[in-house]
Amino acid sequence: MNNTDILSWMAWTWPTALFFVFILACLVTMSVWEYYVPGGGPRHGILRLDTTRGDRLFISLLGSAFILLAWLGFLGPPLWFGCAVCILFAIAVFLWV
Amino acid sequence: MRKTVNQKAWFFVLPVVLLVAFNAVIPLMTVVNYSVQETFGDNVFFWAGLRWFEDVVTSERFHDALIRQCIFTALVLIIEIPLGLVIALAMPRKGPWVSVCLVLMALPLLIPWNVVGAMWNILALPDIGLLGRSINALGIEFNYTREPIAAWFTIILMDVWHWTSLVVLLCYAGLVSIPDAYYQAAKVDGARPWAVFRYIQLPKLRHVLTIAILLRFMDSFMIYTEVVVLTGGGPGNATTFLSIDLVKTALGQFDLGPAAAMSLIYFLIILLFSWLFYTLAMRNEAR
Repeated sequence: MNNTDILSWMAWTWPTALFFVFILACLVTMSVWEYYVPGGGPRHGILRLDTTRGDRLFISLLGSAFILLAWLGFLGPPLWFGCAVCILFAIAVFLWV
Repeated sequence: MRKTVNQKAWFFVLPVVLLVAFNAVIPLMTVVNYSVQETFGDNVFFWAGLRWFEDVVTSERFHDALIRQCIFTALVLIIEIPLGLVIALAMPRKGPWVSVCLVLMALPLLIPWNVVGAMWNILALPDIGLLGRSINALGIEFNYTREPIAAWFTIILMDVWHWTSLVVLLCYAGLVSIPDAYYQAAKVDGARPWAVFRYIQLPKLRHVLTIAILLRFMDSFMIYTEVVVLTGGGPGNATTFLSIDLVKTALGQFDLGPAAAMSLIYFLIILLFSWLFYTLAMRNEAR
């Protein structure tokens, strides 16, 4: 049994692997950021919530998931413009929330 | 004084990280992989892209199940949280009746979910069940296998019977942990029972109520076993909630791709609501 057989039950594909690499990269980036600038950058943003940069990443990712689902539901694929909206949303969250 | 930095503590967290990885992260990754593929078994997969997600978010069947699920969860929370709080307030704090009340309250929580479904199935039968027969004797036509309203009434009643105890026990634990000094101060000030509840008990119960709401929200949003045993999702699809629809898709039809996409959307909805509840509760706490 080789390595590909061991993981075959998980049905990996390149796009899903890249998606998880992206999530892992986000977590690593946040850890490095926290190491160099500790404290999480707490802020009272426009939603009147106390958020750290970890909270802002969570809001960005969760919000992006719903933006993409709404895009699929109302406009259908492709999702490139939806992804652009998600990036703008994440920037807005990191700047103001 | 210089702060000691010791990274060895991370090794103590390692077993939990591994456990979570094996029972949550790896299965979740597999579901994500399934959600973009089609399979006919034998571990052979075909790329489907975002088709299943598109199918699910535009599916009327999914919308209906989601609406039913939201209504059910809202009803359960509206009934169980205040009822649990009232029962906890009414329970004795001292004396021999404390143990009796606690055992009685804990009993429904100890019964397996499928047994709860079977019990209420028999209890609500219109011809031989105590509940069903009693309601029919009052002149109200009641048949939960035929009428959606009767089925909903039975399911809500069953859930309230099964899970209100959890809210009671959490609230009771919160109430007995309030120091006597607060009550003594209220007595000195001549506070009425409502003022004691509003300004002492309720603020002190905020954390346990948050936990109770979160637990009941997540559990009721994922309800499956009791409803399947009681109504099987019927009559028609009247009590087909998200989890039942999901199992029908995954195991009944063996549509693993659409079921995986549905699972992820389901997961995102629970994550969103849980985050909202938690954040709002913590925001009030910060004030």
